[in-house]
Amino acid sequence: MSSEAALLEDYSKREYKHGFVTDIEADSLPPGLNEDVVRSISLKKGEPEWLLEWRLKAYRHWLTLTEPTWPHVKYPTIDYQRMVYYSAPKQKPLLDSLDQVDPKLLETYEKLGIPIEEQKALAGVAVDAVFDSVSIATTYKQTLTDAGVIFCPFSEAVREYPELIRKYLGSVVPAADNFFAALNSAVFSDGSFCYIPEGVRCPLELSTYFRINAQNTGQFERTLIVADKGSYVSYLEGCTAPKRDENQLHAAVVELVALDDAQIKYSTVQNWYPGDEQGRGGIYNFVTKRGACRGVNSKISWTQVETGSAITWKYPSVILQGDNSVGEFYSVAVTANHQQADTGTKMIHLGKNTRSTIISKGISAGVGQNSYRGLVKIQKNATNSRNFSQCDSLLIGDKCGAHTFPYIEVRNTSSQVEHEASTSKVGEDQIYYCQQRGIPTEDAVNMIVNGFCKEVYQELPMEFAVEARKLLSISLEGSVG
Amino acid sequence: MLEIKNLHARSEDTEILKGINLRVQTGEVHAIMGPNGSGKSTLAHVLAGREDYEVTAGEILFNGKDLLELSIEERAAEGLFMAYQYPVEIPGVSNKYFLKAAINSIRKHHGQPLIKTSEFLELLKANLAKLGMDKSMMERSVNEGFSGGEKKRNEILQMAMLRPRLAVLDETDSGLDIDALKIVAEGVNALRSPDRGMIVVTHYQRLLDYIVPDFVHVLAGGKIVRSGDRTLAHELEAQGYAFLETEPASV
Repeated sequence: MSSEAALLEDYSKREYKHGFVTDIEADSLPPGLNEDVVRSISLKKGEPEWLLEWRLKAYRHWLTLTEPTWPHVKYPTIDYQRMVYYSAPKQKPLLDSLDQVDPKLLETYEKLGIPIEEQKALAGVAVDAVFDSVSIATTYKQTLTDAGVIFCPFSEAVREYPELIRKYLGSVVPAADNFFAALNSAVFSDGSFCYIPEGVRCPLELSTYFRINAQNTGQFERTLIVADKGSYVSYLEGCTAPKRDENQLHAAVVELVALDDAQIKYSTVQNWYPGDEQGRGGIYNFVTKRGACRGVNSKISWTQVETGSAITWKYPSVILQGDNSVGEFYSVAVTANHQQADTGTKMIHLGKNTRSTIISKGISAGVGQNSYRGLVKIQKNATNSRNFSQCDSLLIGDKCGAHTFPYIEVRNTSSQVEHEASTSKVGEDQIYYCQQRGIPTEDAVNMIVNGFCKEVYQELPMEFAVEARKLLSISLEGSVG
Repeated sequence: MLEIKNLHARSEDTEILKGINLRVQTGEVHAIMGPNGSGKSTLAHVLAGREDYEVTAGEILFNGKDLLELSIEERAAEGLFMAYQYPVEIPGVSNKYFLKAAINSIRKHHGQPLIKTSEFLELLKANLAKLGMDKSMMERSVNEGFSGGEKKRNEILQMAMLRPRLAVLDETDSGLDIDALKIVAEGVNALRSPDRGMIVVTHYQRLLDYIVPDFVHVLAGGKIVRSGDRTLAHELEAQGYAFLETEPASV
C-alpha cells in the first residue's frame, strides 16, 4: 500500500481523545423552544425587562427565518423542538477559590491537559471557565480590577454594567442578523463580557474555556469585548467537548468593538467532538463572529485553529469603519473523516486607508470537505484601501475535497486587492524524503502539515501555538500504519 | 557492507533492473555510470526503499541485514543515506528543525538519548563552515527557493550531519556549474572514510574528475555490463555509451 493510501485508511482509526462525560447533576429546562422557554431563561438569570424584550424580539424574528442552505455542507435537518435550551451545573458559581469548585470539574480540566491550577501558576492567564452554560471560576480578578479591566460572565455584566451591555449588545451582530444569530439572541445562556478602559493595555491574556457537557444541550454563548480608545487586549478562546452520540448545536455569537487606536487580538483553538469515523455524532458549530473597527487607527485580528466539530460554519469578520483601521484573519481549518467546514471571513472596508489581510490554510483528509468562503468588500468611500488574501489548501489522500469561494467587490479605483490561492497534496515525495532521513511517516506528516500552517501559528500567543500543534498531532495520530 | 545479488525490480509493468550484482566494502567508492534510462536512479531508489518500485527477485544484504525487509526509515537509521537528484522542498519547516528531527529519529531508533541542543549547534556550525554555507540557510525552509547548487550542498550537509555508513549519491552533479560541482565534490571527499562506503551514480564522467572512484560500473538495460577501475570512466568519456551497443555485454 502506498503511504498515502495507508494515511487515508488509518485516518478513520483515530479516536477523539477528549471524549468523556463528567457526571454532574444539571439544572435543565425541558426540551423545546417557545416564548415561555425564552422567558424562563431570562427569569432564571434574573434579567431586566429590556433584555427579556430584546430576547423575545429576536425569537419572534427567528420564527420568520429559515435555516441557511448556501453553505457547502450537508447534515440532517435539525429539530429545534428536541433540544434543551438551558442547562447549568446545580452548584451555584459563587466561589472565590478553586477549592470550592466541584472536584469532578477540576478533574475534567485535568483530563484535558489544561488544569486551571497549572494555568494560574504557569501561564499567568485569567481563566473564566464556562462549564456548560454557567461560569464556574474567575481568577486573577484582582489584577484585572486594578487595571480597570472588566472581565466577567455575561450574566454578571448584565447586572453590574447594564449601561455598557445595553450600549453594545447587538451593535455589531444585530439580533436579526441571521438565523443562528437570532436563535442565539433569543436563548443565549451565558458567556463572557470584557471591557478595556481608555488607554489601558490589558495586563493579562484573557482566556475562556468552553465545554459542552450535558446531553442534548445546545450551547448558546454570547461574548462581547469592547476595547475603549487606545486600549489593547488579547483574548484566547479554547474549546473541547466530551464524546457523545447525538449531534449538538453550538450557535455562539461573538461581538468585538474597537474604538479609536484600540487593538483586539482574538485567538481560538477549537477541538470539539468531530463525530466518529462513520460521521455519527459531533458538534455543529454554527457561529457568528464579527468585529467592528469603529475608531480611527483601530485593529482587530482573528486567529483560529479549527480541528474539531462535525460541521463548522463560521466567518469571523471585520467591519473597517474607522479611517486607517486594520483587519486580519489567520485561519487553519482541518477536516478529517466526515468533517465538513465552510469557513472564511468578511472584510468590509468603509473607512479610508483601511487595510485587511487574510491567510487561510485548509487541510482535508479522509472524506473531509473544506471550503474557504471569503468576502472582501471595498466601499466607495474607502479610498486607498488594500486587501491581501492568501488561501492555501492541503489534501491528504484522494477522497477529500478543498473548495474556494472568494467574493471580491471593489467600488473605487484607488484601492488594491490581491488574491492568491493554491492547492497541494502532502506529497509522497515529501514523506519519502523525510523517511530517507530517518523520520518515521507519522512524524513526517506532522512536520509537513505544521510547516504548512506556520504563518498562522506565528500569530497565536505562545502557549496557544503549543496547544494548536498538539491538537494537530492528535488529529493526525494513527494516520499512518 | 553491501551485497546486491541478482536484483530484479520493476515499476508498474516495466522491468527496469534485470539482475544486478554488486559488492561494496567499507572505505570504497563505487561509481555507477550509464546512459539515460539504464536503471541507475532506480537502483539508488530501490536501495533507499522507495515504494514505487517492486523488487521481484534477488536480495540485498546491508551489514548482514536483509535490507529489503527494512522500512525506508529503518534503512536510514541503519546508516543508509541517499543524496537526491531532486531534493524535495518542505515549506514552513526550517532546515535546522528538519536536521535535528532526523538526527533524533535515528538516535531514537538506536535507543540513544536525544541530541543536546548545544552539541547539535556546534556540529552544525562546523559542517556549515566546511561546506562554505551561510548560517542563515538553516533558518530557511528545507530546500524552498534554494538554487540548484544550494540544494545539492544542502544534501551534502545532511550527509555530513547524519554520518551514514553507506552514502548513495544520485546524479549529484546534475544542474551544477563547475564551481558548484567543485564545492560539492570537496564536501563529498571530506566525508570519504575507511568506515564509510559510497555509491556515486552519474551520467557524466566529469564528476569523477573530482570524486575519484575506486571502481566504476557501467549499467545498461538494467544490468551491469562492464566493471573496472577509474580508467573505465575515461574510456567511456572518449567513446561515449555507443560502444555498449557494439560490444557484447560482459559482467
